[in-house]
Amino acid sequence: MRHQRRRLTAVALAVAVIAAMAAACSSAPSGPPVLTWYINPDDGGQAEIAARCTAAAGGRYTIATSTLPRQASEQRQQLVRRLAANDSSIDIMSIDPPYVPEFAQAGFLAPMPPQVAAAAREDRVPSSIEASTWQGQLVVVPFWANTQLLWYRKSAVAAMGLDMNQPVTWDRIIQAAAQNRTQIAAQGVRGESLTVWVNALVESAGGSIITNVGEENPDLVQLGLTAPPGIEAARVLRTYGDAGVAPPGFPTADEDTNAESFQSGDASFMVNYPFIWGKAKSAVEEGTLQQSVPDDYGWTLYPRVLPDRPSAPPLGGINLGVGAFSNHPDLAYEATTCITSPENSAYYFVSNGNPSSRLSVFDDPEVLAEFPMAPTIRESLTLAAPRPQTAYYAEVSGGIQRTFHPPGSVTPGATNEAATALITAVLRKEALL
Amino acid sequence: MSATLDRPVSAVDPSGGRGNDKSRAERKLGWYLAGPAFVVMLLVTAYPIVQAVFDSLFDYRLTDPQNSSFVGLGNYGVILTDSVWWTSFGVTTFITVVTVAVELVLGFGLALVMLNALKALRPVLRTVILIPYAVITVVSAFAWQFAFSVDSGFVNSWFSFLGATPETDWFGTQGLSLFVICLAEIWKTTPFISLLLLAGLAQVPDVLQEAAKVDGASWWQRLRRVTLPNMKAAIMVAVLFRTLDAFRVFDSVFVMTAGANNTETVSFLAYRQTIERVEIGLGSAVSVLLFLSVVLISALFIKGFKVDLSQARGE
Repeated sequence: MRHQRRRLTAVALAVAVIAAMAAACSSAPSGPPVLTWYINPDDGGQAEIAARCTAAAGGRYTIATSTLPRQASEQRQQLVRRLAANDSSIDIMSIDPPYVPEFAQAGFLAPMPPQVAAAAREDRVPSSIEASTWQGQLVVVPFWANTQLLWYRKSAVAAMGLDMNQPVTWDRIIQAAAQNRTQIAAQGVRGESLTVWVNALVESAGGSIITNVGEENPDLVQLGLTAPPGIEAARVLRTYGDAGVAPPGFPTADEDTNAESFQSGDASFMVNYPFIWGKAKSAVEEGTLQQSVPDDYGWTLYPRVLPDRPSAPPLGGINLGVGAFSNHPDLAYEATTCITSPENSAYYFVSNGNPSSRLSVFDDPEVLAEFPMAPTIRESLTLAAPRPQTAYYAEVSGGIQRTFHPPGSVTPGATNEAATALITAVLRKEALL
Repeated sequence: MSATLDRPVSAVDPSGGRGNDKSRAERKLGWYLAGPAFVVMLLVTAYPIVQAVFDSLFDYRLTDPQNSSFVGLGNYGVILTDSVWWTSFGVTTFITVVTVAVELVLGFGLALVMLNALKALRPVLRTVILIPYAVITVVSAFAWQFAFSVDSGFVNSWFSFLGATPETDWFGTQGLSLFVICLAEIWKTTPFISLLLLAGLAQVPDVLQEAAKVDGASWWQRLRRVTLPNMKAAIMVAVLFRTLDAFRVFDSVFVMTAGANNTETVSFLAYRQTIERVEIGLGSAVSVLLFLSVVLISALFIKGFKVDLSQARGE
């Protein structure tokens, strides 16, 4: 009897616990639907925009942010794995442009309503539209657009007798830096930034890493690395490596390391994103940097590869995708319109240093006051070329990183062929990466 | 002693009514006690292993599940004919051999220190020696990376007398990168090996040591003829555990070089195929091969060197 009673008590307890848990899970959230926006880490700008758009929605929805990992490749990994498991918690996501085709091809993006698409095309820099398009369809909303400029120290350049008002080539600055025993900071780390550099060189020389963009079948993707522009890109990398103008630690140098060596004056030239301007200015505000240092910063368009052909600077930034498994795709698309409004774009540019994909924002007086290089950024964005658009971007980029690293030691021709062979084999699933 | 007394009880009456009932009841109790743990083990280890073996037979991409197809052992063919696999395998073996060898010597020294330290010092010493092992591997990898980094590290300026210049890029070449990776691994896991060895040292009977001393054996002779033979089992268990651990090295490589300069290990290769390329089939095949390598190492140790795992627990 006692046994039985004890067992009964246990069963009753178990039922009570399960019931309590079920109740906790099923209790429907009250109030407006919550849209979850997966953001890349920034200086708090996206969270602020989320709060502003929640206020502007007037109770129709609220936006909550969820922060992704720091590296773009890791952001993609998390999103892809979640979406492959049909994660309905992803309403809006901040996607790095090169991964857009993969998301679109896999069916991870909710179809864009025509009026949203029409609004998303308005007032945008052309490269950001190009990077948001897959197979002729706009699949994500351009949010902000990044590009690299050629930064230089005015004092050092004046001593070299270089006229930076004229377009400069890689060969010219490498020669000038070598003669004056100074450095050119570029991203040599084996990572995404290396692909960014190689792609910018190939595009600037008039070529493309992938020549048949939009091809769905990985076996049929054609590579243009062994064409003359690809060889020319490898030649520039080798010239750079041989000239002895690379900073120490170049094979592991990323954007942040280079910002340091440019700020310290070790490097007189640097190719990098505009975040370095905000970085120097906040260092001045904190009292760790003399005002004379940012005053000495000069900027111009990304260096050319061929003297008579405008450069194709790198394109970065963030586009907004709406998850295919979201419970509120229409509200999420509505929210993207608010997030990318001219006011919010200008706010994001000024507060976080991330340039807008909207052309009009570059004329905003507040933006111009904070970022005197805004017109150069806009011009650079007009010339910028996206990275190879393919659903297999991780493979293409990984293949380039493996074969072109360390970038100062490439062999023009042989490296191009090795990269083509590796990427082709990897796309056919005949090789490891 | 209790074990030798217990055994005859069941031997007396192997088929008898009550004895049989009792042993059956005990076996039942044993299953009740160990059953939940067994089920959990099946769920968290056996199931993923079986799933990985199954996935490794398919050409399966996470973003393209519709076009998944059965390829048999094709993925294994791709891996085993690829020089990338063999390079990673070589690097992993190198890291394993170097770190385990150095750790064994260092760990033995530390174990001797812990064993012979003054009684008052002993607890403090053990805690101090254990600290690196308590540090999370990723954190330790970052600490070592910062120390050796060319722009923010202190190693280049502190060790200039050893030939380091302000421009020495420790992560720029394969040799130097592997040196730092091995160093970080050794720093981190020597305490583990020294703890296992300490357990072995404590098992060597004092009587034998004293007898050898009376016979006039030197310290070195006692170490070689008395201490080491008596703790052979403990040494082999320590080496086995550490080898299995070292062969799966991932964190340090991931943090310090991300696989640049041919420093990729087998686990890193599995990560790259599965997580980065989202090629679940190919990545699972790499994981299965890594698993087989680990099984092979264990089998070699257990059969080849006749390691008795129960010895480590002092049974």
